[in-house]
Amino acid sequence: MAGNNTLKDKEKKKTKKRADLIVTLQKIVKHEKFLSEERLVEVAREFNLSPAEVYGVATFYSFLPVKPAGENIIKVCRTIVCDMKGRDIVLKAIKDKLNILPGQTSKDSKFSLLTVNCIGQCDNAPAMLINDMPYVNLTYENVIKIIDEYQS
Amino acid sequence: MTIDTKEKKDKINSCKKKVDLIFRDQDINKVIDRILEISPDNIINEIKDSGLRGRGGAGFPTWIKLKGAKEIESDSRYVVCNADEGEPGTFKDREIIEKNPEKILAGMTAVAKAIGSDKGIIYLRAEYNYLLEDLQKKVELFNDRLGRRGFDFTVEIKSGSGAYVCGEETSLLESMEGKRGEARNKPPFPSQSGYLRKPTVINNVETLVYVEIILSDGAESFKKLGTMDSRGAKVFSISGDTEVPGIYEIEMGMTLKEFSDLFGDRNTKAIQVGGASGFCIPRSKFEETIIGFEGIPTGGSMILFSGKRSMYNILHNYLEFFVEESCGQCTPCRVGCQQLLKGIESIKKGIKPKNYIEDLLDLAKTMKITAKCGLGQSVCNPFVSIVENFREEIIY
Repeated sequence: MAGNNTLKDKEKKKTKKRADLIVTLQKIVKHEKFLSEERLVEVAREFNLSPAEVYGVATFYSFLPVKPAGENIIKVCRTIVCDMKGRDIVLKAIKDKLNILPGQTSKDSKFSLLTVNCIGQCDNAPAMLINDMPYVNLTYENVIKIIDEYQS
Repeated sequence: MTIDTKEKKDKINSCKKKVDLIFRDQDINKVIDRILEISPDNIINEIKDSGLRGRGGAGFPTWIKLKGAKEIESDSRYVVCNADEGEPGTFKDREIIEKNPEKILAGMTAVAKAIGSDKGIIYLRAEYNYLLEDLQKKVELFNDRLGRRGFDFTVEIKSGSGAYVCGEETSLLESMEGKRGEARNKPPFPSQSGYLRKPTVINNVETLVYVEIILSDGAESFKKLGTMDSRGAKVFSISGDTEVPGIYEIEMGMTLKEFSDLFGDRNTKAIQVGGASGFCIPRSKFEETIIGFEGIPTGGSMILFSGKRSMYNILHNYLEFFVEESCGQCTPCRVGCQQLLKGIESIKKGIKPKNYIEDLLDLAKTMKITAKCGLGQSVCNPFVSIVENFREEIIY
């Protein structure tokens, strides 16, 4: 059964290390903004895992979305200190400017809005992330300005 | 800055208990010299002697982890830096990573030397991705520096993907292995069987910097600070209703009264010590409450609430947080968090009678003894402390 062995060896070589699974998913999200079904199946094959297993890992983490998202993802912190310091005003500014609510994407697909848990900027609350960049000490006016900058 | 704020800052700066260890300037080369000189056993003894306990919140004696990992037969061992600070109200590690990455790396080197490890990993939370590029550069320089000194230890960074539970050490290990961040059963503890089932020492960012400081200054000077049970100092993340939010390094063992005199807005109603999973202490208990392992331990999160805040809204926000972040693998936490949230909403709306709060208190206490990991077990802390101290606000 020499042939069989070679085939198995080849598979082994091709199969990626499990510990690199999340790193691989992070890279796809960085470039494509989300994990499409095709991508998940592809990754599953590369790692010799079932697509369900890979889907299970992706959906565990809030930064590995499996639904299409806009070009820029706005993540507004909703946890206690940002809540106390004006999270709702931040969300209102975004609603007025882009006409989107948490979970929605703007019509031009430029922005998606999410509310997320504590992003560690409580000393300068309220805060949000746009993609990876934190914006702090937010007011209605400066949220509008920040979005303007991303639009131009 | 208003005059009031300036006055406050001056008062804090002149406070005897304020210290400057973590953020001071230091010649890292000298510390590395010392770490490379000293024997593994002496590193462990020095840390034991200092009384250092984990600064992430749980307060486990640091030296026991080192000794445990060192003594287990294994062909490889890992040093992990837990930079996944996700506890609401905690942001001190962000500042340490930005300002003092070399000190973290020197602390990791000391741990590596103590246990005989050649591989370190920093697990950085996804919310701090903007710090990644800079940190990566610092890590590479540090790896080169150690390599040139002939010490075989390299560090790499792994990014988190946004899950609060991954700050729990066994969830963090699962996540590093490319899996869902679901907590493992303990024992075995990570020092026995950790990353890839090898002995692994996991320490919070701040703990590693204190390891570096203890090896640089000696255990004696560290031990002089703090109290019997809580040696040394601690970095606090202070936020909420205060004119001076920010990061402060303070000696352990301060009372909440002293704390609120320094940081409060003169109308402080309660302080949440230890973040959403910590305890909410009302003003009437400030005098008798010590910040430290003999009182209320904390990973550093201190959120101040002034008289205008609704404790119902605060508890509601915490419970929404836990419902969202519960990993879902064990029933007490998955169902318990949801029922506590639904429960207080139902009482507020009058769907359930006022005394239903007793059932909810029982449920919270049951979660404390039955949930699998620290997340589910600690939901009881804010729930019981808020309900017991502010019952009227919750049920009426």
